[in-house]
Amino acid sequence: MIIAIIALSVLAVAFGLTLGYAAIRFKVEGDPLVDRIDALLPQTQCGQCGFPGCRPYAEAIAGGNADINQCPPGGEATIMALADLLDRDPKPLNPENGQEKSKTVAIIDEMRCIGCTLCIQACPVDAIVGAAKHMHTVIAEECTGCNLCVPPCPVDCIDMAPVKQNILAWKWPYPEQKAAGRTT
Amino acid sequence: MPLTTSTSPHAKGHASVTAVMLQVLLALIPGVAAYVWFFGWGVVINITIAATAAVAAESAMLIIRKRPVRQYLGDCSALVTAVLLGMALPPLSPWWLTVIGVIFAIVVAKQLYGGLGFNPFNPAMVGYVVLLVSFPVEMTSWLPISTFSSYDMSFLETAAFIFGGQLPPGITYDALTEATPLDTLKNNLGQGNTVAEIRAQLGLDDVTSLLLSVIPIFGTIGGKGWEWVNAGFLLGGLWLIYRKIIGWQIPVAMLGAMALISGAFALYDPGHHASPLFHLFSGSVMLGAFFIATDPVTAAASPTGRLVYGAGIGIFVYVIRVWGGYPDSIAFSVLLMNMVVPIIDNHFKPRVFGHGRK
Amino acid sequence: MIGAIRRQLWTFHGGVHPVQHKHVSTQSPIRRPRLPQRIVLPLHQHIGEPAEVVVKVGDHVLKGQMIAHATGYVSAPVHASTSGKVVDIGEAPIPHPSGLSASCIVIEPDGEDRWIEHSPVENYREIAPSALRNIIREAGIVGLGGAGFPSYIKLNPGHHKMVKTLVLNGVECEPFITCDDMLMRERADMIRGGIEIIRHALQAEECLIAIEDNKTAAFESMRKAVAGMDKVEVVQVPTLYPQGSEKQLVRVLTGKEVPRDGLCLNVGVVCVNVGTAAAVHRAIHLGEPLISRIVTITGGAVGQPCNLEVLIGTPMNELLSQCDGDISRIERMIMGGPMMGFALHRSDLPVIKTTNCVLAATVTDLPPARPVMPCIRCGACADACPVNLLPQQLYWHSKTKDLDKVQEYDLFDCIECGACSYVCPSNIPLVQYFRYAKGDIWTREREKEKSELARKRHESRQKRLEREKAEREAKRQQKKSALDATGMAEKGQEEAAAALQRAETRRDAALREAEKRRGEGWQEGTKDDASRTRESERDSN
Repeated sequence: MIIAIIALSVLAVAFGLTLGYAAIRFKVEGDPLVDRIDALLPQTQCGQCGFPGCRPYAEAIAGGNADINQCPPGGEATIMALADLLDRDPKPLNPENGQEKSKTVAIIDEMRCIGCTLCIQACPVDAIVGAAKHMHTVIAEECTGCNLCVPPCPVDCIDMAPVKQNILAWKWPYPEQKAAGRTT
Repeated sequence: MPLTTSTSPHAKGHASVTAVMLQVLLALIPGVAAYVWFFGWGVVINITIAATAAVAAESAMLIIRKRPVRQYLGDCSALVTAVLLGMALPPLSPWWLTVIGVIFAIVVAKQLYGGLGFNPFNPAMVGYVVLLVSFPVEMTSWLPISTFSSYDMSFLETAAFIFGGQLPPGITYDALTEATPLDTLKNNLGQGNTVAEIRAQLGLDDVTSLLLSVIPIFGTIGGKGWEWVNAGFLLGGLWLIYRKIIGWQIPVAMLGAMALISGAFALYDPGHHASPLFHLFSGSVMLGAFFIATDPVTAAASPTGRLVYGAGIGIFVYVIRVWGGYPDSIAFSVLLMNMVVPIIDNHFKPRVFGHGRK
Repeated sequence: MIGAIRRQLWTFHGGVHPVQHKHVSTQSPIRRPRLPQRIVLPLHQHIGEPAEVVVKVGDHVLKGQMIAHATGYVSAPVHASTSGKVVDIGEAPIPHPSGLSASCIVIEPDGEDRWIEHSPVENYREIAPSALRNIIREAGIVGLGGAGFPSYIKLNPGHHKMVKTLVLNGVECEPFITCDDMLMRERADMIRGGIEIIRHALQAEECLIAIEDNKTAAFESMRKAVAGMDKVEVVQVPTLYPQGSEKQLVRVLTGKEVPRDGLCLNVGVVCVNVGTAAAVHRAIHLGEPLISRIVTITGGAVGQPCNLEVLIGTPMNELLSQCDGDISRIERMIMGGPMMGFALHRSDLPVIKTTNCVLAATVTDLPPARPVMPCIRCGACADACPVNLLPQQLYWHSKTKDLDKVQEYDLFDCIECGACSYVCPSNIPLVQYFRYAKGDIWTREREKEKSELARKRHESRQKRLEREKAEREAKRQQKKSALDATGMAEKGQEEAAAALQRAETRRDAALREAEKRRGEGWQEGTKDDASRTRESERDSN
């Protein structure tokens, strides 16, 4: 009886020590949660989530102050990724934040631009170049399609155009499920 | 004018699921023929009942699940499940036993998991095990080979018994049935007899046994009669390998593992362990190796994985036969290995072209 | 002789034997079609960067004149394939699986077919390999086997690498296609010329010409052509699809496996299509750039299947009509073969440098896809895969869009040969799933890069704004302290306030003016207007 108790206690202590040692020795240094959330966001900095940029939204999610379905540019893919990371149930995009649209890029009508620099100040990623009283233009590669430059323009010379399909960016579509699916 | 487009390859070979399943059914014929020759018409009636029940159950489930019935029924996979299960049951199983087994196999083990291609466990074997656990008496009442049966039942008499429990006048059920060779071996070994003693008692040639009016249990290499049934399935299985319907890996690994392990024990202690040939040609080993374990849906995928999977089944069969509670164990072994298929698949990937040798 | 000894060959895993259909298009010799009404030359007919236009609409160009030059290292120029007038430069439909349009130069032939002055190389052996490569680059030569990789890059072994074997690929393993077969039968001398030049450029020790054993006429013709050449051997290989794939062919001939992500060069081999070799011969010995190629016109909808020597840019329907083609009978029109080619969405697309075959298939040639059944994991695909992948596992994970898992199963080693789909008893479009998954992974990676860039730009902007704010603050402090020192702080502050007031009034007026201007001409977008009003309110506050 006593031997059994002693044996089990010794075993328990030994295993406990092993586990404790392993926990310290093999500790995984993870990225802080905010960074990991931020990495999943599309970085449009559009503010449609109700926060001034992607990182503040990431901080809000990490702090429990925002839900994972408030990012229209990221859409379903981002919600799924966030749900996966945070081990939550995915949910549809909150319509109050907007709808998932195809990607757009800002285009300045250079004939109408008066060179007021207001859009340059609005752009969250410095994708608009130009000086005061000179025509501005958008660096299409850098533009995130966030829409933030459109409201400040006093002459309404900025258009959001859908990103043009081209052969280089084209990809094969997901195969249609013809017969394998349900009968309709 | 816009043309119809499609993605490559635009050319297509002739293989189809239906063709695969039909060839499997075709390959079963020699084994079934031997079965009928030695054990009477029961198995044919079983298969017919099972097939009817399977088609009915499959159709009902497809309708409930809103799938195109004709297309999915046409793949003949339900038929294969039914035939395999029908063959695994004792020849004089009452009709309801077969029906329950088939319905469980099709409805629970196959369709509730998502139908063909999505079931993790071999449906026929799930049905078999459910019956074996629920109706042990019916499932262990086997027949001796017909030459030595106390009464040779005709097709109609067999049907009458299966459907109505009606035995021909003057015949009792106990007189008709007989323990299988594997069962006999297990019990006798349990009583302390050696293999040689049992064989001497029960492995007599036809003339002697007729004279002594002892029913011979053991044939030349395996169980009497069973060795021929197994040979029939072996023949069909080899044809399937030749036709490339199944790979060689699972049968070879399973039979090889059984031969190795039983050979090792038979060499070590021949008195208490039957020979490898006896093990390979008794019970439903060949049926299991070529037709049940090779069910692609529930087997491992890669060639090496299939070797491991087959060997696992072989080892389980031997272990359960010798040390387990059941005389034969194809069903349990297959189901046990079904469970580890995902792990096997994860660990045994083939070496991809251009990758370093691991 | 060397040819009499049977050479040791190796094998690769898997492969399939589709029905060949090759004899139909080898009954008549190669001929030239009529000069077309229009020539449409896409700027992007090769792998790499599109070419850049160097002519204007209205220019008159000569046959062989460069009209678009290569941009960047991996790129190839485009030449006018006949003399005539440039009538358009812009988007036009091109042969591409997407069915999209791309930049093209359209030439209206003047009917004279007048060449530029040829400047052939007198003696290529006296020229440095790098100069030779440059001529090949300027001639616009790309791999004519189907991929269209600029050839001059392939002919550059780099400083450290030794090329032991030059492999001439005359395998042509796809059904229906016979353009290389006919080229080898009729123009073996040109291929020989190309081999000599390429061997000189690469300094390759030996040369193997691989031909499948279903092309005996081509085999004999090539044997005759290269007789007497040192260390050149024509090798007959057993017919097996996809043996024409570079890495598989190198394995069959040399027993070496090209490492993943590696090139044939890594195992001392360079592999060139026979058509490309003939084009190199033309560029060096005749001074002709790549402006035409041999195209197989075949399929059940073609009355007289044959091989044509086609000017690049010729519309395909013109070729079909010259071979008794009946466009109304076409079920699917395919550029390339039935295994790896892609279906065209219209019949008037131009022939490009990589068009080896136009397959006008009827329903009997290529029956419509049968209904897809669930995967039964039978493993037929894994048995057929020439790369030894597990297509059923890849399919499972591509279907559920598990992009990490598909990469674990080496999706990117897939060569999209279609052998798995060909043998699948469940008729699953496996290759399409794999292409989709590859595209999705690339897109996601691009998007990730883009969002990473956006984050960095946003962060640097935030930092800049903070720095500017701090600087302003510092300046203000400095000024304040300076004013304090002179005892004029109060006055200064008053002045500053007044100036601010003035500035604000001015800006308000300007904004109101702008608002009015917009109100006159631009009435749409009420939500935008509302937000703009908010914006201006915030400004004026």
